[in-house]
Amino acid sequence: MPAFLRNEKVRGILYQIITIVLFVAFLFYIAQNTAHNIEQRGIKTGFAFLHATAGFDITEAPIPFSPMDTHLKVFEVGLLNTLIVSFWGIVLSSLLGLLIGVWRLSPNWLINRIAAAYIETFRNIPVLLQILFWYNVVLATLPAARHSLNFFDTIFINNRGFFMPELVFGPGSWMIGAALFLAVVAIYFTHRWAKKRQEETGEQFPVFLTAFILLIGLPLLAYLVAGRPVTAVLPELHGFNFRGGKTYTPEFLALLFALSIYTATFIAEAIRSGIEAVPKGQKEAATSLGLSPMQQLRLVILPQAVRIAIPSIINQYLNLIKNSSLAAAIGYPELVTIFAGTSLNQTGQALEILLITMLTYLLISLIVSLILNWFNAKMKIKER
Amino acid sequence: MAVYPPQPTKEPPISARGPIAWIRHNLLSSPYNIAFTILGLAILYWTVPPFIKWAVIDAHFAGDSKSACTGGGACWVFIKEKLDMFLFGFYPHDQLWRPKSVFAAVLALGAFAKFVPGLHRLKLTLIVLFPVFAYLMLHGGHFGLSLVETSKWGGLLLTLVIASVGIVLSFPIGILLALGRQSKLPIIKSLSVFYIEFVRGVPLITVLFMASVVLPLFFPEGVNFDKLARALIGITFFEAAYVAENIRSGFQAIPKGQYEAADALGLSYWQKMGLVILPQAIKVTIPNLVGTFISLFKDTSLVMIIGLFDLLAMVNVTANDRDWLGMDTEGYVFVAFIFWIFTFSMSMYSKRLEKRLDTNNK
Repeated sequence: MPAFLRNEKVRGILYQIITIVLFVAFLFYIAQNTAHNIEQRGIKTGFAFLHATAGFDITEAPIPFSPMDTHLKVFEVGLLNTLIVSFWGIVLSSLLGLLIGVWRLSPNWLINRIAAAYIETFRNIPVLLQILFWYNVVLATLPAARHSLNFFDTIFINNRGFFMPELVFGPGSWMIGAALFLAVVAIYFTHRWAKKRQEETGEQFPVFLTAFILLIGLPLLAYLVAGRPVTAVLPELHGFNFRGGKTYTPEFLALLFALSIYTATFIAEAIRSGIEAVPKGQKEAATSLGLSPMQQLRLVILPQAVRIAIPSIINQYLNLIKNSSLAAAIGYPELVTIFAGTSLNQTGQALEILLITMLTYLLISLIVSLILNWFNAKMKIKER
Repeated sequence: MAVYPPQPTKEPPISARGPIAWIRHNLLSSPYNIAFTILGLAILYWTVPPFIKWAVIDAHFAGDSKSACTGGGACWVFIKEKLDMFLFGFYPHDQLWRPKSVFAAVLALGAFAKFVPGLHRLKLTLIVLFPVFAYLMLHGGHFGLSLVETSKWGGLLLTLVIASVGIVLSFPIGILLALGRQSKLPIIKSLSVFYIEFVRGVPLITVLFMASVVLPLFFPEGVNFDKLARALIGITFFEAAYVAENIRSGFQAIPKGQYEAADALGLSYWQKMGLVILPQAIKVTIPNLVGTFISLFKDTSLVMIIGLFDLLAMVNVTANDRDWLGMDTEGYVFVAFIFWIFTFSMSMYSKRLEKRLDTNNK
């Protein structure tokens, strides 16, 4: 070994130079091959295709879409659908996960076992299988439109989806939104005031009850004052299908149910491990202070459990968003199905389209991990 | 002096022991608890009996065609008739002894490694040679075995091939990436970080699309990967990023003194990592690694979207058979059960391992 190679720093620099050279050579090799192959196969390059006419229709678009629109619009529709199904998936899986997680910790043996069975069953079956099961088995075997399952003439369920009343916001509806905002602001200040008063005088104020009343009462008041501007349009059977109201397609529902049920198992486990990670002495100390079981949970156990549970729950939300791409198997028109699927097949520009799709998911992941970092920094134990 | 002979301990009262006490304590200790018990019984009543009625009582086991299944129960005849499809896909029927003997060899090798003590070198050699044997057996084209294209592989066979190749190959790549991320050299470190974070930020399906559509463009004409190889490349490089993160978490559990001690002994970088740090880091993180491998196993089902016929895809194939229309339910339940057995036993194994490794640290 020459003398200068015995110096660790020199070796480090040498290694890095070798890495860079190899890496650049590899990239160059790939770029050259790709350019050659693309030319040979007559594939277009560049991002001009984004402004070309798409030429296909989308069954389920949250914003108006026609075949005359561009691929850029396809991307927007896909992204919106991804976000919509992810949003509802996060809401539903959180509720279900919380329920199962609490059941899993229940002292009742039977409920505890049922929750464990739920977790072990659905966590260990691939989510794609669950999506296909909901789509091809559960939702496909529902009765036809004429024999819909009828819930109080407002909700209809059949093999074409769920039909629910749609709320129509007339003029003056803004007052309800304003009232809701006002309620949130009022709750915030009440909470601050009550906390300050308790710290100074020890007197307690029923913050939770007040918040509840404000949150329900103010918007209700606004609704009445504005002259009941919100009406519901009920779905009605016309011929073979329903019209009016809000329709949730089987594709959307299958994806939503499967993702929620699957992700809920991980959320339940996160909640359980969070609460179990709180040392037993904390609960005993809280009991000896004379706190009621509810106070123990709210003031001692949960604040500590949340610190452990929330990061992994947020990661599960991220997984849910990424798993929503499995819609490609059943054709719910989200980002991967229509943009990385139909648009890709139409234009043939796989490289560009997959790059855009991946970067979009990457951006979402980045935003979620920024939120996570912010949360971790906020929740860090403040030691002296 | 009075003598007090020891008396046998009194039995606890009947209300404090035995099944009655257990029920009182666990199911009926408070009004809430009673309500929960009733709720639990209701859930069981609504789910378990209908399922058992469908899957066992009303089910049909005998026969060889759809006409054997009348009435509401499950038609397990379908599974029985299509079992070869579920296990081996479109593998030629007269060649089925080949995948079967590979399965048998796996079991034999496992039993040999577990129950025969010693002979470590022989075991290692056999394990290293096994993939070669499996490939030669399954793919053929040599030694008088007829060629079976990978496009004919399917069912559980394909799922296991993808999962095991993915696990075996993603492991060393993951280790290299984790070492890169730990490295003090800024360029190597940033390349590793970029790769790991990029892959972990995108869904597997986009990586698989990339591997199946774009990868062929990267190589000169004439270099041709078949569909299976492309899927394997996609899955391996995807999971490697997750393996790398697991191993990194293992690194973080290693005390700094271990590095310093290795340096003090004058070990080179690779000696330090290979002999001191990695063995400990991997051991600490084995439960996490098993978790990653479980999700890899579940993720193999995604190859169906890029047109491979894995276990899950066989449900669509078999249930679209004209003679067996409408058998999706049985197919999905059966396939879910197989997946469940594999993943559940892996997670049980990981839990046991966790317990065993845990005692060492206390």
